[in-house]
Amino acid sequence: MTAPADHQTDDGGSATAHGDPYAQDQGPDDDYDEGRVYHVSGQDWDEVVAAAADERVSEERMVVNMGPQHPSTHGVLRLVVTLDGETVTELRPVIGYLHTGIEKNMEFRSWTQGVTFCTRMDYLSPLFNETAYCLAVEKLLGIESEIPERAKVIRVLMMELNRIGSHLTAVGTMGLELGATTVFIYGMREREKTLDLLELITGLRMNHGFIRPGGVSMDLPAGALERLREYVRIMPGLLGEVRALFDAAPIFLSRTKDIAHLDVTGCMALGVTGPILRAAGLPWDLRKSQPYCGYESYEFDVPVQHGADAYGRYLVRMDELDQSLRIIGQCVDRLAATVGEPVMVSDPKIGWPARLALGPDGMGNSPDHIAHIMSQSMEALIHHFKLVTEGFRVPAGQTYAAVESPRGELGCHAVSDGGTRPYRVHFRDPSFTNLQSVAVMCEGSMVADVIAAVASIDPVMGGVDR
Amino acid sequence: MTGPKEPTQDEAAPGHTAVPDPAASAGSERLAEPVQRTGMFGASGTGDTSGYGGLQVRRAPRLSSPRPYGSYFDEMTDALGASLATAGVSFDEAVEQVIVASGELTLYVRREQLLAVASRLRDDPALSFELCLGVSGVHYPAAAGEELRAVYHLLSITRNRRLRVEVTAPDSDRHVPSLVSIYPTCDFHERETWDFFGLIFDGHPALTRIEMPDDWRGHPQRKDYPLGGIPVEYRGATIPPPDERRAYE
Repeated sequence: MTAPADHQTDDGGSATAHGDPYAQDQGPDDDYDEGRVYHVSGQDWDEVVAAAADERVSEERMVVNMGPQHPSTHGVLRLVVTLDGETVTELRPVIGYLHTGIEKNMEFRSWTQGVTFCTRMDYLSPLFNETAYCLAVEKLLGIESEIPERAKVIRVLMMELNRIGSHLTAVGTMGLELGATTVFIYGMREREKTLDLLELITGLRMNHGFIRPGGVSMDLPAGALERLREYVRIMPGLLGEVRALFDAAPIFLSRTKDIAHLDVTGCMALGVTGPILRAAGLPWDLRKSQPYCGYESYEFDVPVQHGADAYGRYLVRMDELDQSLRIIGQCVDRLAATVGEPVMVSDPKIGWPARLALGPDGMGNSPDHIAHIMSQSMEALIHHFKLVTEGFRVPAGQTYAAVESPRGELGCHAVSDGGTRPYRVHFRDPSFTNLQSVAVMCEGSMVADVIAAVASIDPVMGGVDR
Repeated sequence: MTGPKEPTQDEAAPGHTAVPDPAASAGSERLAEPVQRTGMFGASGTGDTSGYGGLQVRRAPRLSSPRPYGSYFDEMTDALGASLATAGVSFDEAVEQVIVASGELTLYVRREQLLAVASRLRDDPALSFELCLGVSGVHYPAAAGEELRAVYHLLSITRNRRLRVEVTAPDSDRHVPSLVSIYPTCDFHERETWDFFGLIFDGHPALTRIEMPDDWRGHPQRKDYPLGGIPVEYRGATIPPPDERRAYE
């Protein structure tokens, strides 16, 4: 696991003499002949420490692989850290362990099926992935102005609920990684309430596939507005409990204040957006500056901090939770005023033909729709079949649509050749870009600050690797 | 894109035979374009049953969008032209095509001039594109001589504007200058595009694979790379492609 890298050890073969049974000399062709290698497999720390205390070794730098399965690296992130004592002299993030070829797969499915893939990228903010993709497809189709008002409100509602869930995970895991397990439990408890709502509305807690090109897949179920009102009523108090624990906790402050510094210039150079940029003092939020889905008609503020440190990022996230609750409250009022209005474009050549209905055994095919296509109208059956199996055609061209995800600018570059499948879809995932800044934040600091820095970036590896 | 030109009154009036027929000149321009495909679209690799085997379909002519572009695009392209002139490069020399579609401006920049254009876009206060949102590759196997594209999305926070810059490279010479020296954020993005498309970004400090394993062969997002069916090797043991793993006989 660790390898002193500074100079060639004279006698690699004497490693066993130090009591490390795993560091065996395998001759001059050994892969690791640039230094001594210790394989740490648990319960052998005494031997490793004894070997590291060897005076020849203690002069050397240590190269430590943090991850890819370390619990505080937010999933399968690997950080190759060069240590001089406890000081990080060099840090390189290594990614790709969660690459699943989502962009390639999307080229082999219809435009509507693409939603099912891209929702699985950044698994903490699936509804943002779906929205960015659908906005791009709608731009190519030229139907942005035809999206029904109620569908836009539902999209905003879902995104803000999702933002709350995502930020609570970010803050909770940050607490866990810094040793504050209560904050983690509180964060997960509150997130659970959010996921319950997402489950009520979409049927799933994650990977919803709910927002579709042209609108959303279905309207809100009965009783959803009451549940949402109750949620908006109780959440401020619950969030206050997290803040009471964390905002001024001395240990938390000393581990995050002035740690992982990155100013606005650094953010611009490295393409960093989202809470990291706002914690550096720039009030840049696409919901305000380049509104989409009707965000210009909602009242909310863009929280800003000026510390440019891990603590500021935490504060920005907590303040954004309050703003999201404000937006959800406005969404609920608008939804109450537009009950019964359509949630999908009226163009039957684009709008998904399947109608869902709540049956005695849960959500399923609408019996009325099945009766219509199976026994009343041959043309309706053909239309349904064509649209579901082949999909609709999207005019040739390329476009870029961006949304403000919990982690920054999430962009979708969609290219169409005029067919029923995407020619190329590329996602500009904020985690992928923000992760580049981890080296700048950590080099020169203590090894313990690496954990705080990664937690404050809040990368989601599903989005990084796609 | 430009549609067929409306004949003006002069041209439509009889007796003006000296004026060349715009339709005829458009036709001869069309015939000068390289052949994109022969036969009918659809089936390939099988015998032609349509009777249209001799049909030649030529590539659509590549035209810039006509001025005015609308929105802030005219002002921005003018500012870029003026800025490039101070650097000793003419606008037409650097930008081969300007496309305005679905409310977005795309500049097709010649790869030799990419660094000059990008540095003007970032540094000129009239443009001030501080933020680069990364590179996206696209592979068009049918576009001979310009199969590979690198697409950059730029954002100006000062002016709240967006711009897309597209650069082409032939498959036989897959080189594009790296923008890491101007936009350091392109580091990961260029590595990703090299990994997936095989585009070589000249001047990148460490152009290595980022998503695929270091010893992976091929560039998976290219159109000539199949989906699935790749034998997987893990520590010396090989796993056959999914369609060959189990045989039901």
